[in-house]
Amino acid sequence: MRPRRGLSHGHVGSLHAADAEMALQNARDVFTRRGEGVSIWVVPSEQIAASSPAEKERYFDPAADKVYRHPSFYELPAEVRQL
Amino acid sequence: MTAATRVSVSAYALALGDDALILSQRCAEWVTRAPELEEDVALANIGLDLLGQARLLLSYAAEAQGEGRNEDDLAYLRDERQFTNVQLCELPNEDFAVSMARLLIFSSYAQELYTRLADSRDESLAAIADKARKEVAYHVDHASQWVRRLGDGTEVSRERMQRGLERVWPYVAELFDDFWLDAALIDRQIAVRPSSVRQATLDTIEQVITEATLTVPDVPSVPGGGRFGVHTEDFGYLLAEFQHLARSHPGATW
Repeated sequence: MRPRRGLSHGHVGSLHAADAEMALQNARDVFTRRGEGVSIWVVPSEQIAASSPAEKERYFDPAADKVYRHPSFYELPAEVRQL
Repeated sequence: MTAATRVSVSAYALALGDDALILSQRCAEWVTRAPELEEDVALANIGLDLLGQARLLLSYAAEAQGEGRNEDDLAYLRDERQFTNVQLCELPNEDFAVSMARLLIFSSYAQELYTRLADSRDESLAAIADKARKEVAYHVDHASQWVRRLGDGTEVSRERMQRGLERVWPYVAELFDDFWLDAALIDRQIAVRPSSVRQATLDTIEQVITEATLTVPDVPSVPGGGRFGVHTEDFGYLLAEFQHLARSHPGATW
């Protein structure tokens, strides 16, 4: 779902449906009741390739201690605080 | 507005409001009973949309009556003979196919009605109609999707979907009756003449039926009479369930 004034689609949940068109309708009914979004993508779950929890260390730990990849040593002006 | 016109406008708003109110109640009966969880939420949403329309229309009807009643008085304290909804709306849900057939038919009609009513000379009705038509467009879409899939599905689903259409088709004609409506309202472009939406409504419905590889039923119509307070046996049970709490505790508030 891409929220109002959002930039990219984020995962909001899963559901059952007969086919893609019904999935879009079901997503509209179940996940946009409170005006959460303006655009919906649906994907059949078997089409999703996911990283395995067993590989968590290998995949994600190396990035944890590389402080030089973050712009932490710049002084951000107030106008771009959201970056 | 003259007093006479106000009475007519009130009756008109009440009839439209009653349609939405009674159908909303039938949609609510699907909650916890729908075939899928997502459908449960979908039908609840549709019911709430209809309830919202009913509230606006009944509030306006109460105000136009000018006798100090409000929407709750009209909803909970009227008896069967005072309700002016069409009989199509009060038909029991029976099974999912019957319910989807009824929703398709009523929503197609409502879509045509509200699209035209949005141009009403009466500002309140026009505003209500403008909001309602977007909601109703989705209801048509939702019902169509199911009718197509059930119709063009397995042998069992096709048979039941066809039967669903046959079950509700005798109640279609009543939607397009003109004679309950004060002609003056139509002349003054306040109300929409029901017969004027007949062709567009049937075109929409028949298009979906064809896509669903089903046949348009050819069954005689019932005499109707909902607009004059004549209702089916099931209506009594619906009203009992709907009204008894409010009537058991008159004047109670949350």
